Amino acid sequence: MRLDVQNLACDRGERRIFTGLSFALAPGDALVVRGRNGAGKSSLLDILAGRLRPAYGAIRLSEAGERSLPECLHSIGHRDALKAALTAEENLSFARDFLGDPALPVHAALDAVGLLHAAHLPVAYLSAGQRRRIALARLLVARRPLWLLDEPTSALDTASQDMLLGLMERHRTDGGIVVATTHAPLGLKDAKEIRIEREVASLAGEGA
Amino acid sequence: MRSFRALLIRDLKLAARVGGSGMMGLVFFLAIVTLIPFALGPDLNLLSRIGPAILWIAALLATLIGLDRLFQADEEDGSLDLLRLAPVPMEIVVLAKVLAHWLTTGLPLALAAPFFGLLVALSPEAMLAMVVTLLVGTPALTFIGAIGAALTASLRRGGLILAILVLPFMIPTLIFGVAAANAAVGGTVPFETPFLILAALSLIAAVIGTFGAAAALRAGE
Repeated sequence: MRLDVQNLACDRGERRIFTGLSFALAPGDALVVRGRNGAGKSSLLDILAGRLRPAYGAIRLSEAGERSLPECLHSIGHRDALKAALTAEENLSFARDFLGDPALPVHAALDAVGLLHAAHLPVAYLSAGQRRRIALARLLVARRPLWLLDEPTSALDTASQDMLLGLMERHRTDGGIVVATTHAPLGLKDAKEIRIEREVASLAGEGA
Repeated sequence: MRSFRALLIRDLKLAARVGGSGMMGLVFFLAIVTLIPFALGPDLNLLSRIGPAILWIAALLATLIGLDRLFQADEEDGSLDLLRLAPVPMEIVVLAKVLAHWLTTGLPLALAAPFFGLLVALSPEAMLAMVVTLLVGTPALTFIGAIGAALTASLRRGGLILAILVLPFMIPTLIFGVAAANAAVGGTVPFETPFLILAALSLIAAVIGTFGAAAALRAGE
């Protein structure tokens, strides 16, 4: 799939948060979104995920068959969308069945994030970092070309950050697209970078 | 269909787990129905005459107390955002959640009605009528409530607003539910007349509730 975003503007309440945001993403691309707190990074992801309507501008999706944009993407946000009363395994097998186009089996995905031993524990018993890793395992159980990650490294230790980097790079090699907001450097190869400032959004060029 | 089944099973599991809403409605139902005979005194004739009305009011309130969490719980932990990425329309998502909710509140209420009927001195025919009318009528309550639950999903204290929003629309169901239950044990109206209207109300609510709640969830993004 390809994504072409042109002249995007976002309003929250009565306030214009950013305007004039344009970028294009092809298979294998990664986009790192930077900006200070409250600049609108998460709002950009909300717009891409279809949770928020842009005030202006257009998002064009091509080469995605008959699927709409929300059906083409995974979104991992601050709220991890895990049910605390269910086990890690149950949470993931729900996501696998619900999202369609299943990829890795649940246990393989848990193994990939290093949490196979926690498969039968209710998510309520797990730490913030472990919950984040289970949310990330959701990326692996269903095949979707676009990953929207909102500060994916938050609560992760160094080893898990490397694991996440490995997942993202493998996804890009397979022709996927990663869009991530971050404050810390993610270490993605040849990633496009975009800075969101108030009123002006500038494309800071290739290579991060 | 796969998504529908996955969501239905997840919600049923959640309702069965600790802290789930599975038994809450039933316990609340029991609480109301046991209190009323104490308040009214041991007048069996009076109790059996107003019994169907008591059971219906209790069922309505028991449905109402669990409803505010229908979409709110998913909104709070971000699951609703996940549900929006479904390869199926939002209507299917709503239908799965409402069906799971009804299976864990409405259905147990209807099946438990004969036992609670004992507490208000219902005759066997009246108990049977209660089971049938609750079975047919409670889906209407759940579907109507789903619209309110979807509208108040992102509100912290949405429960009261939800009740105010949906109670007026539940009144017709209450009227025809009680009328059908009373008609089964006597009276001038044949049982079918109010019962068929009750069934119609459920069918109408199923359509309007599904589309209304889905529209509310889409708009409240």
